[in-house]
Parts: sequence; structure tokens; C-alpha cells
Amino acid sequence: MTKEILTEENYKNLQRQIDKHKNKEGALIPILNEAQKIFGYVPIEVQKRVSEELKMALSEIYGVVTFYSQFTLKPRGELVIGVCLGTACYVRNAQLIVDKISDLIHVEVGETSPDGKYTLEATRCIGACGLAPVLTVNQDVYGRLTLEDIPEIISKY
Amino acid sequence: MELYRSHVLVCGGTGCVSSGCNLIIEKFKESLKNHNIEREIKLVKTGCFGLCEAGPIVIVYPEGAFYSQINPESVDIIVEEHLLKGRIVKDLLFKDSVKEDKIKAIDEVVFYKKQLRIALRNCGVIDPEAIEEYIAFDGYKALATVLTEMQPEEVVEIIKQSGLRGRGGGGFPTGLKWEFTAKAEGDKKYIVTNADEGDPGAFMDRSILEGDPHVIVEAMAIAGYAVGSDMGFVYVRAEYPIAVERLQIAIDDAREQELLGEGIFGTDFNFDIEIRLGAGAFVCGEETALINSIEGKRGMPKPRPPFPAQSGIGGKPTLLNNVETFANIPQIVLNGAEWLAKIGTEKAKGTKVFALGGKINNTGLLEIPMGTTIRDVIYDIGGGIPNGKAFKAVQTGGPSGGCIPTEHIDTPIDYESLIELASMMGSGGMIVMDEDNCMIDIARFFLDFTVEESCGKCPPCRIGTKRMLEILDNITEGKGKLEDIDKLERLAKNIKESSLCGLGQTAPNPVLSTLKYFRGEYEAQLELL
Repeated sequence: MTKEILTEENYKNLQRQIDKHKNKEGALIPILNEAQKIFGYVPIEVQKRVSEELKMALSEIYGVVTFYSQFTLKPRGELVIGVCLGTACYVRNAQLIVDKISDLIHVEVGETSPDGKYTLEATRCIGACGLAPVLTVNQDVYGRLTLEDIPEIISKY
Repeated sequence: MELYRSHVLVCGGTGCVSSGCNLIIEKFKESLKNHNIEREIKLVKTGCFGLCEAGPIVIVYPEGAFYSQINPESVDIIVEEHLLKGRIVKDLLFKDSVKEDKIKAIDEVVFYKKQLRIALRNCGVIDPEAIEEYIAFDGYKALATVLTEMQPEEVVEIIKQSGLRGRGGGGFPTGLKWEFTAKAEGDKKYIVTNADEGDPGAFMDRSILEGDPHVIVEAMAIAGYAVGSDMGFVYVRAEYPIAVERLQIAIDDAREQELLGEGIFGTDFNFDIEIRLGAGAFVCGEETALINSIEGKRGMPKPRPPFPAQSGIGGKPTLLNNVETFANIPQIVLNGAEWLAKIGTEKAKGTKVFALGGKINNTGLLEIPMGTTIRDVIYDIGGGIPNGKAFKAVQTGGPSGGCIPTEHIDTPIDYESLIELASMMGSGGMIVMDEDNCMIDIARFFLDFTVEESCGKCPPCRIGTKRMLEILDNITEGKGKLEDIDKLERLAKNIKESSLCGLGQTAPNPVLSTLKYFRGEYEAQLELL
């Protein structure tokens, strides 16, 4: 990841969100949700800024960031491939799909490739059980998958 | 109001969005325009029809023609044949809706015939983004009745008399919860909708929020009046972007029509709603954990009592109900407590929505009267097991439930009957397994889930589930010992008895139920050594 993420502009966006939420009951989580969207992750620098603005201990913020799976401490890849491992997908052999993708792109589940291109995740149920097994690449959803479909889907990107 | 000679309903639930319904809608717009009939035909994007397997789904009224797995090429055919020339395109209809060359309307299709839709009554019928359509289907009538003709105590009484019980898992009587919150002392009270639907394989809450978001807005306002609250939160998973978007539109439109805000229906009742997004933690479905999360903290559960009805958000009395529970409320108010009490079994009144998935022909969402048998759900509504395989078990209750085998397939479904079978209702996920699925692997799958989602606060859950998983791993890898089964059972009992919240107390259920019904599979695995 050579791209600059912690830019002045992103911090300005963060500030706008902090100002919008900070007087609400339980403002921290909505602010962190926005931070995750703006920066793509919530590194310690961003947590420090939130800590100063909300006058809240950094340790408390770190505790919240590491508790919820939506918040990540590391940047994610350009392409986030999420294979649903909800029950309906699992009984229709979604595990084999994850393994196949992992082999193809040489990334372990939960990891990002060194060049920052791919992140592979085993996601929770996305509720498209009727199309099981299902995977998502960023916003795109692919359903009724077979192992043969995988190389073609990956090569599209 | 404009009149149309035909209505084309395109399902816009997450399942159908995934199978490309947006493209279908664009294509319809284009095709209707090309044929110059866009003013005669009304195109509506609705919520989930339930039969996700057959998506993208298009229904054309007044005939009720049920087209399934539509692709952009078939749109032109439907427009030219059906909408222009009035000839239903048989080849594109859902397979069950054509019999001996006769076409059945949608409500005659077996998948729908045995259903009774109360919570899902508007899903797939109205445009969820149009408040007028909700109002046309008696929307906000219950709120008006309550505010102008009833005392708060009468509202609580009606819910109590109806026998409605919580649809999110526990099955606690809803009316009692309302009564406790109404009687609790507090200068401020809150209403919370629990839409943190974390059970893998369950998506009824999402479908209601996507297909009929106003019903939740209306029910929360009714609850607010009944218990004396002026503020509500909907706590919804961030993984459900379409649901969040439609709910926000519903809240904004309700505010604009003065159905939320100050002085609703000219009375002195005020109520407003705010959406709070979950951030990916299964344990937040537990009510005390959810409250912590709304307060901006780590979503860890607290010991009860005090219950949220006494001390919830910010220490104030808080009424928490699940999405599906709330979706029943306006209909109960309009039809009376007796009406609901007549549906279902002695101890479980009304209906339950289930998400049917796994090795089954008709995957999707269905709503049945309590007391329907598992066999009816799997073989009639679900259409049986694909590829000629044999049914092995159905898993209900997600990570808190268990696997029910063939010999109990004629059990009528309600809260107690499923608990007797070492499973539970849970939020309503129903995953069917065939002869190819290994039951130890399924137990391991759920335990793996709980280990990851355990919040770590209490040791029985944090450490105990991890030890159970290690034992199961050993068994599946062929390194198990015969005494492992006893160890698993002992650990399971201790975890159930000593965990702080529902997550830990039910975490061993998938292992216990598979040990109960499929012990042979465990023993076979151990004897292979």
C-alpha cells in the first residue's frame, strides 16, 4: 500500500462526521463507522483524533475498535472477496470455494495480498441463502456458484 | 389517482438484487417505453416474495402470473406477449404454477398455499419506498386508533390477551414485557427494535425491513404510546445496506406526513426514531449487549436483573422487541386479541416466519401458523430434497439450536416442542441437510462460530467452547479418544449452567443434539482409529 490514505482531506471529512454525531447518546460507534468508510480502516492515528475530539480515553476507543468485526486496524485490499460461510452456504460446500480462491490468489482467509490487491474474507451470512453458495467482490454478488465458476469471476477484475 | 391496466411487480429483496433484478427493472422500463405502453402498465419494485430460489421474480397482475428466473431477454417476450397481446408466457412461469397446461395464480402455488402471512403481509405486495401504498393497505390505521380511541393500558392489555410471544429467539410473552416497561418509573423511556439478525441462515428481519419498513415505524410508535416513551432506536446490522436505506426513507416520509414527530394525529403524543448500525458482533443480538452497543461501548452482556424494562439505555426503562414481533402489532390492534389467539397452538399464538435454506428445492422465506409440522414445511412448502437424496436432518435455532432427525419430522412446530427435541425456535433459520452432510462437521461449524463470537467476558463461554472445539477438531482429524464423548457432554452441561448470557447458555446445543440423535457418527469416527 503506497497510496496515501491519512490525508488532510480525509481528516477534514472525519471532522465533519465527528461534529455531526458528537452530541448524540453513544456517538462513538457511528463515528467509527464513518471513519472506517473514509479511511478504509481505523488506524491508531485516527483513533487518537477521535479520542481528542470526544474527550474519551484512547484505551476505551481501542477496546471498541477491536471488539467489532466491521472495524479493521489494517488497510484492506482494492478487491475484497467475501465468501459467505453462513449455514446455508456451508452445507452447500462453500468451504471448498474459499479454499479454491485462496489457492488461486495465494492469500489466506482474513489476509491481504502483499501488493494490496486482494483481501480474502469468510463473511457471515449475507442473507442471500436462496442463492447459496454466494460470494461478493466489493459490491458485486455472485450466487449459485460451482468451483468451475471461480477462475472466471476472479479474472474479471 | 392514475389507473393502470396491469401491474408488473419485480422483487427487489436482497436475494433477487443478487440475482440481477435491477437490470430486469431497467429492461422493463426500456421495453415498456419502446412499445409506448409505459402509461398503461405500472412497474413496482417490491420487497421479498419469499421464493428466493426462483429469482429474479416478476409477477404480473391482475392475472397473478408468476414468472421466475427472468433474464433481460425474457423481459421483451413478457412485454410483447403478455402485456401487449394478453397471452401469458407459459414457458417462463414458475414450474409449479403450470399444471396439466392450466395456469395457477400465485396464491395457488404450493409454496404459498399453506402459508399464512401476517408479519410478511405486505412483503412483495407494496412498494416499500412509497408511504401511500402502505397507507392504502391499512397502514397507520392502528396507530390512529390507538392514539385517538384507546388508553395506553388498553393497548398493553390487547397485546397481553393476544398471547403474542417474542419472535427473536426466547419466546417471552410480548405483552408482559410491555407491561413491565409501562409500569417502570422513569422520566425518559426508550423503544428499541432489535434488527441485529446474526444467526447465519436467517433473514426474516431483513426481508421485513426491506419489504415493509413502515410496519416497524408504526409498531414502534404504538409501543411508545403504550409504555410512555417518545424515542425509539432501530439497531440494525451494517451488513444490510438495502434494509437500512429503505427504513431511513420510511422514517423520513413518516416525519414529513407528521406520523412521527410532535403531536401525532393532533394528540399530545410525540415520538421519533433513529437508526443505529451494528458493527459486526453476533453477541449484540442479546438485549443487554445491544444496549451497551447503542451506548457506544463494547457489546458485552450484563447480568440480569435488572432487566432492560427497569434499566436499559442510560439506565432508563427500555422496551426491546424483535423486528418480526413488531411486525405483528398493527394487525393485532386492528383485528383484536381474539383474532391472533385463534391462530396457532395452545402455547404459541399466531405465525412464525422461517428462512428455509440448505438442501431443499424451494429455498426462501415463508410464514406458517404455529403448529404446522416440520414435514409440511419441508415436503410441501419446501418441495422436498433436490437430486433424489434422502432427508437427514433439519437445523433450527442457528448456533443456539440443534439438528432434528427424520423420526421427529411430524412434530408440530412451536417454542416448547422444539426445545423438547433439544433444539429451539431461535429467530427462525431452518437449514435442511441431506444424507451427504456429516453431522460432526455441522456441530463443529456452529461451535467454530460461537468461539469466534464469544465476547470473552465470562470464562465458561470463552474457555469452555474453545475446549469443546478442540475436542471436536481432534475427533474429525482422527485423533480422538473414546472418552472424548463423555468429556464433551460434561463440558457442555457446565457451560450451559454457568454462562452469563444466552450465547454461552445455548452454545453447546448443536453438539448435544447431534450427540443425541447421531451418536453413531461420533462413535464410528472414534472407532476408525
